Amino acid sequence: MDFILQLLTDPVGFYSTHTLLIAEIGINSMLAASMFVVLYSGQLSLAAPGFMAIGAYTSVLMGNYWNTPLALNLLVGTLLAGVVGLIVGLPVLRLRGVFLAIATIGFIEALSLGVILNVPITGEGLGLKNPSADPLGGINIVLGSLAVIVFLMWRLTKGRLGHAWEAIRQDELAALSQGINIARYKMIGFVISALVAGYAGGLESHLNFFVDPTEYGVPRTVQVLTFAVLGGSGNVFGPVVGALFLTTLPEIVRVPNFDYRDVIAGAILIVVIVFRPQGIVGRGGLAIVRPRWWPRTSRASSPG
Amino acid sequence: MGQQVLNAIFIGSIYALFAVGYTLVFGVLDILNLAHSAVFMLGAAITYSLVVNYHQSFAVACVLGIGACAVMGLVIEYVCLRPLRRRRAPPIAALISTIGLALIIVAAVEQGRPGSAFAWLWVDGANSVRFPPDMIPNPTWHVDGLTLEATKVVIVPITLVLMLVLGYVIRFTQFGRGLRAVAENPRAASLMGLDVDRMIVLTVVLSSALGGVAGILFGLALSDISPYIGRDSLEIRGLAVIVLGGMGSIPGAVAGGYLLGLIEVLALVVFGSNVRAGVAFAALFLMLVLRPQGLFGAQLRERL
Repeated sequence: MDFILQLLTDPVGFYSTHTLLIAEIGINSMLAASMFVVLYSGQLSLAAPGFMAIGAYTSVLMGNYWNTPLALNLLVGTLLAGVVGLIVGLPVLRLRGVFLAIATIGFIEALSLGVILNVPITGEGLGLKNPSADPLGGINIVLGSLAVIVFLMWRLTKGRLGHAWEAIRQDELAALSQGINIARYKMIGFVISALVAGYAGGLESHLNFFVDPTEYGVPRTVQVLTFAVLGGSGNVFGPVVGALFLTTLPEIVRVPNFDYRDVIAGAILIVVIVFRPQGIVGRGGLAIVRPRWWPRTSRASSPG
Repeated sequence: MGQQVLNAIFIGSIYALFAVGYTLVFGVLDILNLAHSAVFMLGAAITYSLVVNYHQSFAVACVLGIGACAVMGLVIEYVCLRPLRRRRAPPIAALISTIGLALIIVAAVEQGRPGSAFAWLWVDGANSVRFPPDMIPNPTWHVDGLTLEATKVVIVPITLVLMLVLGYVIRFTQFGRGLRAVAENPRAASLMGLDVDRMIVLTVVLSSALGGVAGILFGLALSDISPYIGRDSLEIRGLAVIVLGGMGSIPGAVAGGYLLGLIEVLALVVFGSNVRAGVAFAALFLMLVLRPQGLFGAQLRERL
């Protein structure tokens, strides 16, 4: 409870004591935005941590070996993640629903267990040191980038691209018959998601002095998926709210001498998803249970 | 090499048992029950607690442990699945609610220390424990340089008998016919007078009980019982197994279990232990890209 009390009474002090938490929220929000793009275009892709790993390792390795500036490192890491996204997307995007999800899990596990842990330059299982990290100064870049990414996503979903994605998500056959090039728009969504995840990964590595190879596995992807679904994937603000909510939840339920945080967090997860299956920021306003007189919207439109 | 193949058969049996529960629920509900790995762990943990802390015989402990898993199946259905079905939530929402339940179960066992609120369930916290060696006789034979331990050898007949019984039930009994009808088309099944909800309850309970059996066998054969055995060893491998065999196919899950065991052992022999896990997921990835219906998945329902 101290947490909320401090936020309300002393925002400046809150900012300085919880800078790292706020940066973590920012990174998680970017990942949630990356997950949002694929969900919005009707693809249940769980590949985000793989692209994060590519962005993180690329930018740290470049900084360590060539002493290049951060902006260039981030750019190369992001672009490389996008290129890998393109290569992986070509075979994988023919799959749908839970099959796509499992194939992308196969991709991230093969990448982290098969490549990262076996290539000497990544430091294998020991991880990679990043002496040029800047945990406190990085927060401005994180928050600035987050605002830009969210704005771009929001514009994209309102434009031609967004309409195509929405059509594909709701009914692929109908979208196809309207002359929408499904493969192309799905690929665009997948690559944008890879770029955002790669950027978030690179940025996250700038906040830590150490790149931990175990960070980029399935638990991470499940966490990001939870952000997006719990927040609601109808528009880009849902996943960001989900990331905010779930990243701060452990802090809120942190009570001295109380070790059951995960029990409470799991229970809250179930309660929220059962009462708001469309997500926190979803249709139906903020009503927890839809009243009987509320107009029935068309069928549920999340993929899966 | 011979010993390695034997180990592949033992661990493959456990994979198969675990994956059959996974695939049963997926076949009937089209939902991945991510709490399955937590139920698997709970089966092993409760059996261990009953033997060590409550001084029950192993047989009694097994029956109670499997029973507890079956009850957990009821919890999965009534807490995580049914409320969402009632609200016609997209399948992805059920993914999140089962993740929430898995989080609770793992955290409850993890926090089980003397003096904590979960001490009645488990007292070893996050440690890895093993069944006491004198609990059941464990004769060991040496044939042709191979070591055969009874506790491992029994896994194979137990798995095969359970699978044959399950195959008989699904193929020839009234319950099995109902289950297949619900898997085919729940709406049509309910119009034919089937109690769909009851079928789903029975399916989830059966699946969870099988998961419990797999957990106990895992604890017995690998001498490793901890809150994390399900999450770390079986959750993603179970996915790989049901994909290799074909989603929703029971013979496929059995074949996939043994196949994954063999692939892992071959990778271990050929590439060394570092690459082992990565190869399994590369196989999964290739399988999905080349033959998404899996080995036995002739009845893949094309969704477009």
